[in-house]
Amino acid sequence: MKNIRYIAIALMIGFYPNIQGQQTPAPAQTEIISVTGATAHIGDGSVIENCTLIFENGKITALGSGVNPMGRVIDAQGKHIYPGFIAPGKSLGLIEINAVRASDDQDEIGSLIPHVRSLIAYNAESKVVESMRPNGVLLGQVTPQGGRISGTSSIVQFDAWNWEDAAVKVDDGIHLNWPNTFRRGRWWLGESRGYQPNKEYQDQVEEVTSFLKNARVYGNGQGTTVNPAFEASQGLFDGSKRLYVYAQNEKQIVDAITALKEAGVKKVILVGGYHAYRVTDFLKKNDIPVLVNFTHSLPEFDDDDYDFTYKLPKMLVDAGLLVALQNAEASNFQTRNLPFYAGQVVGQGLDKEVALQLISGNTAKILGIDNSYGTLARGKSATFFISDGDALDMRGNQLTHAFIDGREISLETHQTELWKRYMGKYNAD
Amino acid sequence: MKMKYFVLALAWVSTFSLFSQDYFPKNDGVKAENNNYTALTHARIYVSPTQVIEDGTLLIRNGKVVSVGKTVSIPPNTVQIDLEGKYVYPSFIDAYSSFGVEQPKRPSRGGRSAQYDPSREGFYWNDHIMPEADAINAFKYDDKSAKSLREAGFGVVNSHIQDGIARGTGVLIALRAEGNDAERIIDDNSAQYFSFEKSILKEQSYPTSLMGAMALLRQMYNDAAWYQKGMVNTKDRSLEALIENRGMVQIFSAGNAGNVLRADKIGDTFGIQYAILGGGNEFEMIDDIKATNARLIIPLNFPDAYDVSDPFQADYVALKDMRFWNQAPSNPKVLADMGIAFSFTLHELKSPSELKDKLSKAITYGLSETKALEALTTVPASLLGKSDLIGSLQPGRYANFLITSGNVFDKETTLYENWVQGQKHMVNPMDQKDIRGTYDLRVGATAYELSISGEPSKPKAEIKRDTIKIDTKFTYDGDWVTLALTTPEKDIYRMTSRITADQDNLNGRVLLPDGGDTTFTAIKKEGPEAKSTDKKENTPEAPVVMPVKFPNVGYGYAQKKTSEDMLFRNATVWTGEADGILENTDVLVRNGKIARIGKNLSAGSAKVIDASGKHLTAGIIDEHSHIAGLAINEAGQNSSAEVKMTDVVDPTDMDLYRNLAGGVTTVQLLHGSANPIGGRSAILRLKWGESADKLIFENSPKFIKFALGENVKQSNWSSDSRFPQTRMGVEQVFVNYFQRAKEYDALKKSGKPYRYDEEMEVLAEILNGERFISCHSYVQSEINMLIKVAEQFGFRVNTFTHILEGYKVADKMAAHGVGGSTFSDWWAYKFEVNDAIPYNAAIMASQGVTVAINSDDAEMSRRLNQEAGKTIKYGGMSEEEAWKTVTLNPAKLLHIDDRVGSIKEGKEADLVLWNAHPMSVYAKAEKTIIQGVTYFDLEQDKALREEIKKERSQLVKMMIDEKNGGGKMQRPEQRKKERFNCDTL
Repeated sequence: MKNIRYIAIALMIGFYPNIQGQQTPAPAQTEIISVTGATAHIGDGSVIENCTLIFENGKITALGSGVNPMGRVIDAQGKHIYPGFIAPGKSLGLIEINAVRASDDQDEIGSLIPHVRSLIAYNAESKVVESMRPNGVLLGQVTPQGGRISGTSSIVQFDAWNWEDAAVKVDDGIHLNWPNTFRRGRWWLGESRGYQPNKEYQDQVEEVTSFLKNARVYGNGQGTTVNPAFEASQGLFDGSKRLYVYAQNEKQIVDAITALKEAGVKKVILVGGYHAYRVTDFLKKNDIPVLVNFTHSLPEFDDDDYDFTYKLPKMLVDAGLLVALQNAEASNFQTRNLPFYAGQVVGQGLDKEVALQLISGNTAKILGIDNSYGTLARGKSATFFISDGDALDMRGNQLTHAFIDGREISLETHQTELWKRYMGKYNAD
Repeated sequence: MKMKYFVLALAWVSTFSLFSQDYFPKNDGVKAENNNYTALTHARIYVSPTQVIEDGTLLIRNGKVVSVGKTVSIPPNTVQIDLEGKYVYPSFIDAYSSFGVEQPKRPSRGGRSAQYDPSREGFYWNDHIMPEADAINAFKYDDKSAKSLREAGFGVVNSHIQDGIARGTGVLIALRAEGNDAERIIDDNSAQYFSFEKSILKEQSYPTSLMGAMALLRQMYNDAAWYQKGMVNTKDRSLEALIENRGMVQIFSAGNAGNVLRADKIGDTFGIQYAILGGGNEFEMIDDIKATNARLIIPLNFPDAYDVSDPFQADYVALKDMRFWNQAPSNPKVLADMGIAFSFTLHELKSPSELKDKLSKAITYGLSETKALEALTTVPASLLGKSDLIGSLQPGRYANFLITSGNVFDKETTLYENWVQGQKHMVNPMDQKDIRGTYDLRVGATAYELSISGEPSKPKAEIKRDTIKIDTKFTYDGDWVTLALTTPEKDIYRMTSRITADQDNLNGRVLLPDGGDTTFTAIKKEGPEAKSTDKKENTPEAPVVMPVKFPNVGYGYAQKKTSEDMLFRNATVWTGEADGILENTDVLVRNGKIARIGKNLSAGSAKVIDASGKHLTAGIIDEHSHIAGLAINEAGQNSSAEVKMTDVVDPTDMDLYRNLAGGVTTVQLLHGSANPIGGRSAILRLKWGESADKLIFENSPKFIKFALGENVKQSNWSSDSRFPQTRMGVEQVFVNYFQRAKEYDALKKSGKPYRYDEEMEVLAEILNGERFISCHSYVQSEINMLIKVAEQFGFRVNTFTHILEGYKVADKMAAHGVGGSTFSDWWAYKFEVNDAIPYNAAIMASQGVTVAINSDDAEMSRRLNQEAGKTIKYGGMSEEEAWKTVTLNPAKLLHIDDRVGSIKEGKEADLVLWNAHPMSVYAKAEKTIIQGVTYFDLEQDKALREEIKKERSQLVKMMIDEKNGGGKMQRPEQRKKERFNCDTL
């Protein structure tokens, strides 16, 4: 039995002669392609069985069960197609190896630095980014880390020669870490090590609101000197840039949303939201979407339900909020597990297709790229993949094809190459 | 100048000189001894906590008790003091004090590189072992502290230098003000002290951990025995002192209940019974505490309530901390009920003046007054081996006693005098009249109401005109009362009155606002009695104490769980054996074992569990875990084979419960990867609610953690002084240690005398095939290296853990016979994991290596079933083989596969019932069972959630009541435990 499987692998290796460090980005789509017979998970909650999906010049031109295939046909009988998954709030491409400082470009000095832009530092040839694709994660929001206002993110697709052709949406949003109401004791000053109320909370909030106030009036003025931070913030007040505010507990969330609305910020997105389930009415009233914490994290408090993080997204969805998943607090390499974070919520009783929305359709809406990405629909970008099985489950997530803007991208990585190289060695021995 | 000396001389003469120091010359006068007697008569005398004499007489002379009883013959040269209505108690003793001994302060340090070598010469190799430190050499009588101790009722304290692991000797001090140290020092070798805490003055790195401190103490005793035999030809003043101090009382500063058990275990190994300083949480594991047979010294620092009035902040306080606030005052009662001998200490209290409140709290929570008094007198006396001198008022003891207005534990009671060695110290004037009550005060034409209340010796006054409160200043000092009142018209009246024994009214002079003066009278209407009887009726109801849970944290059980026979009906059974996956199959569990597997089994008396549509598997085994450890790395040396993870198991870690909820039944708690040779492992069963020792897998195979790569060469933190700094050096560490172990073992087996070395013992076990290595490893070169080192020394490496590049040397691993325990998909966090690939498990398995998937992470460990599922995605392992990577294979790697790891008749019933395919991301563990005991049950979990909610709100209410009642508060705090992985220092 074992031998047969490894012979099969050895055969597979034969099909991929191109073994090198970094996968070459795929060329633009040149022919019409039809995928037939698949179960299409649309990403908006619906499913089309026995679906044919046709795309041309990078766009989906037809989609449905009664559609006649055209051009090159990929038979996906018994397989599943999904919109490319989207990873928000990550520093993918900004840091390669956590412990190697020289490879770290994710956190600039300074507390309020919206003018610092991630896109130009994005490494399109990162091996970590490349490893996202075989699991269906095809897009990401490249996000600076740290500080109070960390900087400005951009959204990229994961098969590119450089940051310019990676860019899907440039400078899409500013990321604000709301002050913490609790902070760790400064044990080196003799305080206990536990978390205690942060006495400087009000001052820190004041610092943020005062910055935004100034940024806003700066926009009205005729000053001749440019203030880069204020300048970079202007989009917040006309809605052309989103504000991603990271807040976890109830007080933080209510304070943040209230203050940001008062400051005239048009589009606010809550990131984190550990206690968001307690203020769902408030969030709904203020029309705030939530990029909720990923499910593969431990409960924050000892007395919390063991499965609290597993079910939190469901609690917010059930309350009628627009919800998507992020794993800002996890290592970048973990982001390839995005589909499984969503799968985890299904175990808590969430519908599978709704769970899928948490990493596709909803994410696109929240990030403002839903005109092209996030769901499978006519006229939208042909950014999707074909999986042998259920892509939200470890055992079913087996990609055979993936497309970004109609380009058929490689599913090989540094890792698959090493796999094949060493299996080749053993099989030859 | 002269005047001052004259006064001093008077003071000197007036004291009873205890030790007459009769061979001292006297040049400032003539010798004049006072050998008179003093008799304290008509008192209620507590000769000891259990021997009370009503209307008794205590006769003392030259600082000691001559006789005590109902009728005592009083010699003619006796000064008599009538104590009608008053109480006499033996004064208190604190066996764990820092009085008069200057305590070291932590010096400020720059970010220097770690110091691995000792700083001393001629002493033990480890700077934190200082048995040669003698408190007497650091002792300087401090009258200010002595006064505050006397005011709290103490007569004698045992003090030492509270610094270091072996701390040297203590000094027993009588707190007399007059006289000199020749009289005060009762014993300058009163005890020898130990702790698990390093010296704050010394910088030597080892030990960095609790288990390291334990190992160091063990080795210290072994080395002392070797030294004593004369086998060491160099000078070691530390060991000499340790040996010399052996006859003294041995006191261990443990500081919490778990450490009490740890300290006692060390003592047991070397035939020493320590008296142990506890931490106030002994009630949580009282049976184990009782079993130590140790006498305890118990602090009274009951925590203040958390200020939870802000619900946002209340979120941050864990139930266990709220509960501890509620339960801690019952600790003394629980100890007393169990018959454990304990004494109280002021240690951890901010000031001695807190003692009274804390004692009264302990008594409110059920501690008997007799036991409380014993804990302050006879027990510390006997614990210090000084019952013949202190702790009671039997003839021959020091005349160390208290005179009080009543029961010493009553709030209203005044401590009048504290006599030490027959020397009287006034705390409050004894003859001062109780002037409390209400009075009609008349000043000129105006009538006021004066009420005096509070403690008789320090009363407070309030004055009203009609119903208006008047601003009043009041003092009662000696025999004089002064009173100043400011009327609403801003007129000030100042009054003075001398109190006389025969007159209840206050009469005196008043200075008028216009500068003139006249007399005033305050006619007493009623005394304070009425009020105090009121209070008696309002004795507070017995406080509500939350029941102790097992473990005593959230999700703890009301009772420890017990084994039951059960029959799983119609399950899909993943046997993990040749039978594969059996559909619609029954599994019968009896006496904690898997009794039968088959169809339509008869349940007998077993509980039937309908498992149709569900999957039954063996419990998950995590080969690499750091949950439930109080410490992970002993990083102070490049080898720490002497430390044991079994020494530092924390059975209350919430991650145990969360792991159970993920279907995990067994974990290997590994030492970290800070050094090439780490510590010995603990294989744990996740028996939630049991004590630390019960978690340890029965007859565990012996394991040790080794490590390679960036961590051991300290690549990722700023340290460059410890060998090795390269992979080249790592090999040399191993070769050197194994060579030494080989030589050690040979010497030992030769029958010649040898110095017992715990580290070498452990390494020799490896060479002899009795202990297995689980080695943290990353890149192929180092993996290959360790295999070669092992082969050179003739043993087999058991497991490479992490083994991220194992796929590159899988053939070599298979040939050596070493297993691989790896992550499913981790990489990119360090330079050495650049080539880590998720196909690793599948590749190694394909070459015949026994492969396990592990976690090294408290979050991932509770989803190891999913991580196993990833081996199907990455590399195409079959479902059955994939499942074995978290069950049978780790069991094999841990040499426990004859007992657990698969579902097979005769094996132990470590089972998980899943609601779906066990490797599906959608699966939930419904029941997790260890040896037939259901330690996690989804339904029970629901009930526990409700209980937690209810208990939290109960405790929140109690704390808000406490706040409203004026109780002391502390700010909310989340005592977050640190989560460990290999790198945690």
